[in-house]
This record gives sequence, structure tokens and C-alpha cells, in this order.
Amino acid sequence: MSLPEAAQQALDTFTQAKGWEQRARLLMQMGDRLEPLDESDKTDANRVHGCESLVWLVAVQVDGQWRFKATSDARLLRGLLALLLVRVQGLGSDDLAGLDLREWFTQLGLERQLSPSRSNGLHAVLLQMAELVTSP
Amino acid sequence: MFQPSPWRADFPAITALQRQHQTYLDSAATTQKPQALLDALSHYYSHGAANVHRAQHLPGALATQAFETSRDKVATWLNAVDSRQIIFTHGATSALNLLAYGLEHGFEAGDEIAVSALEHHANLLPWQQLAQRRNLRLVVLPLDEHGRIDLEHALQLIGPRTRLVALSQLSNVLGTWQPLPALLAHARAQGALSVVDGAQGVVHGRHDVQQLGCDFYVFSSHKLYGPDGVGALYGRTEALARLRHWQFGGEMVQLADYHESSFRPAPLGFEAGTPPIASVIGLGATLDYLASLDPAAVAAHETSLHQHLVRGLADREGVRILGTPQSALASFVIDGVHNADIAHLLTEQGIAVRAGHHCAMPLLKGLGLEGAIRVSLGLYNDSDDLQRFFDALDQGLELLR
Repeated sequence: MSLPEAAQQALDTFTQAKGWEQRARLLMQMGDRLEPLDESDKTDANRVHGCESLVWLVAVQVDGQWRFKATSDARLLRGLLALLLVRVQGLGSDDLAGLDLREWFTQLGLERQLSPSRSNGLHAVLLQMAELVTSP
Repeated sequence: MFQPSPWRADFPAITALQRQHQTYLDSAATTQKPQALLDALSHYYSHGAANVHRAQHLPGALATQAFETSRDKVATWLNAVDSRQIIFTHGATSALNLLAYGLEHGFEAGDEIAVSALEHHANLLPWQQLAQRRNLRLVVLPLDEHGRIDLEHALQLIGPRTRLVALSQLSNVLGTWQPLPALLAHARAQGALSVVDGAQGVVHGRHDVQQLGCDFYVFSSHKLYGPDGVGALYGRTEALARLRHWQFGGEMVQLADYHESSFRPAPLGFEAGTPPIASVIGLGATLDYLASLDPAAVAAHETSLHQHLVRGLADREGVRILGTPQSALASFVIDGVHNADIAHLLTEQGIAVRAGHHCAMPLLKGLGLEGAIRVSLGLYNDSDDLQRFFDALDQGLELLR
């Protein structure tokens, strides 16, 4: 399965990044381009718990394709969310279920951000996403 | 000027962490361990493990002797009158839960328990849940602007209905020593029992439980450079006599029959099941190591590093330190910058600090904060560790701003 175009672009950029500073700058740029979330979507039901920062994740299915929206009050986490969304946006349930998101972040050189002990909450976001797309 | 730690080489993990480009500034969460402890664990396991207080054979006798010697060492460390006043638990949390269950029978609906507004969840939730079970009133003693219990208010709030006060000695978030002598004396005069959470306090300086005048004092070994999975509960003999047994099983029983049993007094009556034998022995070895250090030199080193930390934070624009830290640690937030972003960038640069609510959610909420960054020091830290932290903080802030 080939990568979505935006995901391929992100992958090219991140694999060329050298050092933590450049990766952090790229994350902030990605985060700034994240589609803003309507205030009405920032509800308790959409909150991802288990993060030290505020994170919201919205998932809707249109014509069999998943559309996700997400944001956070922390900048670098917004970047991580943007990197997640470019990979999963528009996929069907089967494709999404077969996707190894840990592998995706490993390819990006960001696997350490996924540790359950990390307070940034990306781990919790992935768990919630899996739950959203599998529950009827 | 470079301030070395004369004890750094005694902690092999510090060198190992340095090879991984990690600067460890999270000792208030748990500490690195001295070689003396590693040697004691290795000696115990390589010379014959055995269960304690049960077996008549030689390995059992040796293990029991080493185990009970550790009890003596803890008693000496706290200046308890008698080793039988020391109960081994699995940590400070389990010691506090033991107290909340063991003392439950003495409470009646409407009685009051006083805690401070800065308690770690471990010294809040057992009392909160006890209050719910028994319909008690949990009174929260307010803080002053420095992050110390507001003495004037607290003395008014602790009254004849107060049956127990449970207070931290040194705050794990604010680094402030609490005015315990006055509070404990007042509680005693009101006929209340007193519990001191020494989880942070026991690590800095030597504390004399008799002089402190508390009924109970708890601490965790792993924060005191010892192994994890073990803690201690000190109790005044009269106070220990008020405890009901709470966990039942091997070793704590005197006589058991199918329908009735009788139980041992403290300490063994409160150590049901096989205790963490190696960890208890390891704690004893750690205390021997700590007792061999020059206390004045340790205190001077810790004070000087702490001043360096607080001054460095205060010098930086936009940094807001929580309270007025006096020892061991400092927590801070930065105007206009999310804690999670700072934490992320410090982690990227190999700085191990703690970010978040520090197991004190109500305190952070009371300060109007979602979280904070905490830098905490151990006796192995040196000024280079702090310099690396400050450099990383500056770099991170430059990137974020």
C-alpha cells in the first residue's frame, strides 16, 4: 500500500531532519498547519484522557472513509497529531485496522514519543483512535 | 565555579546514565543506588536466600538475623526508642493505607481528620476514603504564599473534634519544610493522633522522631537511595497499640484455627506474608552507607546546589517558581509556554526531569495550573548537571519563542 501524498512528504522531510532541534522545528511547523478544531468539538466526550495536556480527537465516517480532527493546547503534540492524521486520513476501517502506527512513527524517527510513560499522550491518542474506529 | 559531588562515584548508575547522555534530575521520584546496596543484594542472593522468622535451618537464621538487623538500623536512623516500633511495609503508600485501615475502628461519624492542601495523593486519598467510609469530615489546612501550611489558620482548624492530623514533612512539589513542631504539639494538645509523611523529608538531613513528637512517621526506601518495594512505618509504642490488624496471612498470626485466630503485636503482626527480604537487607546496607557520610558535608552540598538551581531559575525571564522552595527541588512554569512543550524538549536533550501534576492534583488545581516542571536533586548531582539543564532549558525556550 503506497503512502498518502501528504504522508510521503512528511516522511521525506523527517527522514532528512538532523538532530533534535530540526525535528522540533518541523513538528512545530506541522502543528501550525493542523486544521483548527471548532470550539463546539472541544467537548469532554472528545477529550483524550491520560495526557498531561489537553487533547481532543474527533472521528467521523463519511462514505466508508474515516475523517479525523484533532488538536491540543501543547504545540509539539499538535505536530505529532498532524503527523498521525496525514497517515490515517481518508482510510477505510479495514485499512486502518491493518495499519501499524507504531511503525509509522518509527519511520519518522519519533518512536520514542510513543512510550506509555511519556506524558505527551500520543500513546493515549492511538489507543483512543483504535477504540473509536472499532466501536460501532 | 564547578561544584563536584564527592559521592558521585559511589553511584554506578550515574556514570551509566551519562554514557547514554542522560542527566538525572528526578531524584524526588526515585533515586539512583549506591554500590554498597548493589553489593548487599548480590551477597544475599549469592550466599543463600531463605525465608525469615519461620525456618530453623541455618540459611533461615542468617536471613532473619540480617532482616532484623535492618530493623535496628532503621530505628537508629530515625532515633526510635525501640526496634519494635518499626514496621516494614511495601513503601510509604502502603504504610499510610495500613494506618488508615488500622485506625479506622477509632473514628465516629462527625470526627475530623486534618491534612494539608499540599499532600501527595498517598497522604490524601487513604484519609479521604476513610472519611467517606466512616462519615468523617476531612479538613484541609490552607497554605501561605510561600507554600507552607498557614500556621495561624491551621491552629484554628485543628480542634477538639480533630482525631488525626496527617502532614507532609517536605513538599514533593514545592520543596518547602512544613512547620511541624507547632502543628504536632497543637494536635497532641487536642488529643489527636499525628501522622508524618516523611517520603521526601527523610532524604534530606537526619530526623529524630522523638524530637519531632509524632505518633507515626512513614517513608519509602527507594527515595532514600535504597531498593524499591520496601518502606517503613514508625509508631510510638502507645500509638501502635491502637492499630487493628489489617492484612492477614503467614507470619502475622500467633495461633490459627479454622474459625478463630489470634495475632501478633507490632511489628510482625503487621507484616503479613513474606516481606521483601532482600530489599529490607539492602535498605540496611544503604543506611550504613549513608551513615558513613559526613552529614555536614552532605547538607552543605545539597544547600549549595539547591541555591544554584533556584537562582538559575529565578534569573530566567518568564520563569515562575512555585512557592519558595527551601530544599531538594524546585517546580516551575513558564509564562506563555506549555509545560508539555518544555518537557518534550528537555527530554530530547537528555534531561530527566518530571513534568505534570506530581501526584498532587488538588494542589496544582489550587495554584491554577495544569502542571509544572520539577527539577529535583540527589547527593550525586553536581553543578555540571544543573548547567546542562539550564543550557537545555535555554535552547528549548529559544526554539519555542
